[in-house]
Amino acid sequence: MIFDKLDPVLLGRIQFAFTVSFHILFPAFTIGLASWLAVLEWRWLKTGKEVYADVYRMWVKVFAVTFGMGVVSGVVMSFQFGTNWSVFSDRAGNVLGPLLGYEVLTAFFLEASFLGVMLFGWNRVSPRMHFASTFIVAGGTLISAFWILSANSWMQTPAGFEAGADGLLYPTNWLEIIFNPSFPYRFVHMVVAAYLTTAFVVAGVGGFYLLRGRQVPQARIMLGMAMIMAIFVAPVQLLFGDLHGLNTLKHQPAKVAAMEGLWETQRGAPLKLFGLPDQAGETTLHAIEIPKLSSLILTHELNGEVRGLKEWPREERPPVAWVFWTFRLMVGIGMLMILTGVLGLFLHLRKRLFETRWFHAWCVAMTPAGFLAVLAGWFVTEVGRQPYIIYGVMTTAESVSPVPGTPVAISLVTFVLVYGLMFGAGFYYILKLIRKGPEVEEEAYGSHGVKKPPILAEWAEEEGN
Amino acid sequence: MFNFATFLDLPLIWYALIGVALFLYVLLDGFDLGVGILFPFAPSDQCRDRMMNSIAPFWDGNETWLVLGGGGLFAAFPLAYAILMPAFYIPVILMLLGLIFRGVAFEFRFKAVRSRRVWDYAFHFGSIVATFMQGMLLGAFVQGVKVDGRSFAGGPFDWLNAYSVMVGMALVFGYALLGATWLVMKTDGITQEWARRCAAYVLSYVGLFLAIVSISMPMMNPGVRALWFSLPNLYLLLPIPLCSVALLILIWRDLHKGKEYRPFFLSFGVFVTGYLGLGISLWPWLVPFQVTFRQAAAAGPSQSLLLVGTLVMLPVVLTYTGYCYYLFRGKTSHEAAY
Ligand code: HDD
Ligand code: HEM
Ligand code: HEM
Repeated sequence: MIFDKLDPVLLGRIQFAFTVSFHILFPAFTIGLASWLAVLEWRWLKTGKEVYADVYRMWVKVFAVTFGMGVVSGVVMSFQFGTNWSVFSDRAGNVLGPLLGYEVLTAFFLEASFLGVMLFGWNRVSPRMHFASTFIVAGGTLISAFWILSANSWMQTPAGFEAGADGLLYPTNWLEIIFNPSFPYRFVHMVVAAYLTTAFVVAGVGGFYLLRGRQVPQARIMLGMAMIMAIFVAPVQLLFGDLHGLNTLKHQPAKVAAMEGLWETQRGAPLKLFGLPDQAGETTLHAIEIPKLSSLILTHELNGEVRGLKEWPREERPPVAWVFWTFRLMVGIGMLMILTGVLGLFLHLRKRLFETRWFHAWCVAMTPAGFLAVLAGWFVTEVGRQPYIIYGVMTTAESVSPVPGTPVAISLVTFVLVYGLMFGAGFYYILKLIRKGPEVEEEAYGSHGVKKPPILAEWAEEEGN
Repeated sequence: MFNFATFLDLPLIWYALIGVALFLYVLLDGFDLGVGILFPFAPSDQCRDRMMNSIAPFWDGNETWLVLGGGGLFAAFPLAYAILMPAFYIPVILMLLGLIFRGVAFEFRFKAVRSRRVWDYAFHFGSIVATFMQGMLLGAFVQGVKVDGRSFAGGPFDWLNAYSVMVGMALVFGYALLGATWLVMKTDGITQEWARRCAAYVLSYVGLFLAIVSISMPMMNPGVRALWFSLPNLYLLLPIPLCSVALLILIWRDLHKGKEYRPFFLSFGVFVTGYLGLGISLWPWLVPFQVTFRQAAAAGPSQSLLLVGTLVMLPVVLTYTGYCYYLFRGKTSHEAAY
């Protein structure tokens, strides 16, 4: 059929990259949002201030929409290993299967069940139990990240296994598999990335309300709490990212050479701020360089040696331009986040954080920053490990399913259409929720004109509000 | 490294566990897919709100059993997972697309004002497509797949034939029965009245399809025929179809007597007998007539590790799942809850 001439490996990669990139947008937001909601509810229980409840009730709706999309796109992911990478599933199943199994058992059920309580349990459980549910959902998202990142990290830096005579991989040490060399770095970096992503969305929405002069008390909470993240956590991400990079240098030096756009092994390697990597010509054109900085960052010595891409045969080099550019995008956004934190701190010290309009507009502009950085980061990681699916053990080309190009091409187009539709609708409803904003007055609650759940009113009274 | 394979029959345990997980999926997601199947036929929008609310807190947890079934197959029987998924590429993807529409409809529908109809239909057709594909998968599965070495060797449309279409339709009616009896239990007034009529109507089709499947399975497969109709077996196995018939009759009577809770659990029973019959026919195949559960089993240490997790976590999961059902017990209202 028509598409059978297309390379099924390439199609499979595009399909996987598309569906997983789509999926990760939602966890990146829900991991952060769940933790933040837990903090908000805790503040509310503690202080009894109704603003926290207003903010919680608004964002929990956004959370529900995002979580729903995260779940449906995640279910797709769990089948894609088999539908698109069946040879890989067969060979690596002994090692990866249990990790994904643990994710379902320890995280997915937890999230799914307590999400129900969190959303629909208002007038059925005590405030304490409700808070516990929010807390458990937040914990569930972190446990989920733990397992899936362990699996992904094992594919980057495999450890604790041996290859059998039959070509299958057999586990030899579970602790080495789960806590493989790159896992701690990747886990911390990703969780922090999720927190920052959420913080910048919240800051953007807070900034938007302040610009419009509406819901000011709630908006202050949003912007204020988001700035705390930006001030303290964005710089920490730089530190973790640096450590992560050093770890990568140890285990996947070709990836780091691609990030740096470095072809020749050299001492005192410069840092290329920008340039045009040329894979065929084995060089990076028109580079703007800072002398010796790359060596300093990577080896902590001005004249340390950094290995260049020419050390590896052509077919073992990742697509350099992708890695080079997405890395700069991620780090660039990281720097902008740090800058935002610094500006926020400065304005706060001058007591003008909630009055400075250009800063609020800046925060609105930064709303999508986290998502872009997360995608860029994943592209660095995933593209940089090519041509391997399990680094140094199995190539991506070997792992593809025996499915002809046509069904894969058709399913890919369908996914693009369906996800486009779903994303468009989800985005629209989230914008609507944001435009509507927190409902402050005691008026009708929800879209059906229902009165506020009694427990909330009771509770507010008890706390003396 | 620990490996229980020396003193436990791990492949057998896992065969049973995966079977149970998939069966729980069928029962639990079965009733909420069933609600989706019946959705547009409800007498009013208020009924539909109420139907949606009756399953909104549960659908995500129910669907997680599917992830456990799929993930568990990958973990415990990677070879079977690696053969079956490419073999059923198209129906699996279609099922997932159906589940996407049905899943997002929960959230979008309550936020939508003008486009609410659109999400009503997304919910309905998503549920039907997902169910129909699951039935087709089952129909194709029992007919077996082509295998060469360690991978699938057939074509992309091997799963499509009259028999799999028939099983697909059978499952749509089966889930509709679960959905209708669930609604009889969880609602009252006109919604319940309507659900009861639906259940009675769907019930006759379920009986019909059950009969067709039970007769055709042994007719198509000499192996299955020999298993069921050889002599001591016949007497030992006869109670299974007899139970199905008895259960169908009981549901019929309950519906007419106005019982509210029992029809739902009796419908579970019908599924149990059907599943048992199927399980016995397919023993010991995991990829029918090609790969047994022993051949497909993951390495001992892998199955052991996951068994530890399962033994610890499954009771916990069942406990809080039970807690959620308890928490949201009783009749559902049509009002938005959050
Ligand atoms: C558990 C494993 C896992 C996880 C958590 C991720 N990936 Fe990945 N990714 C793979 C497992 C994998 C893979 C199965 O190993 C692929 C498929 C083909 C390949 O080359 O590697 C892959 C490929 C792959 C590619 C294509 C690379 C290429 O072909 O050059 C991209 C762009 C991404 N992924 C992006 C992502 C993003 C945005 C993720 C964020 C969630 C992500 N990956 C998480
Ligand atoms: C290939 C990779 C991945 C697969 C196969 C996968 C699988 C899944 C599945 C099946 C679900 C739905 C669970 C449910 O029914 O509740 C899900 C949701 C989730 N996943 Fe992924 N996932 C992948 C990547 C990731 C990554 C990289 C992260 C985080 C670092 C992540 C974090 C989450 C979280 C937090 C959820 C909860 C629901 C939500 O999205 O809001 N996943 N994933
Ligand atoms: C500020 C400076 C930053 C540095 C130096 C840095 C460094 C790195 C490095 C070296 C990698 C590749 C890891 C590998 O080799 O596999 C990476 C990956 C990644 N980065 Fe960053 N990063 C920074 C900021 C950010 C920000 C702000 C975000 C998102 C908000 C982010 C999100 C990610 C993600 C999601 C990945 C892929 C997953 C992983 O490997 O952890 N990074 N980062």
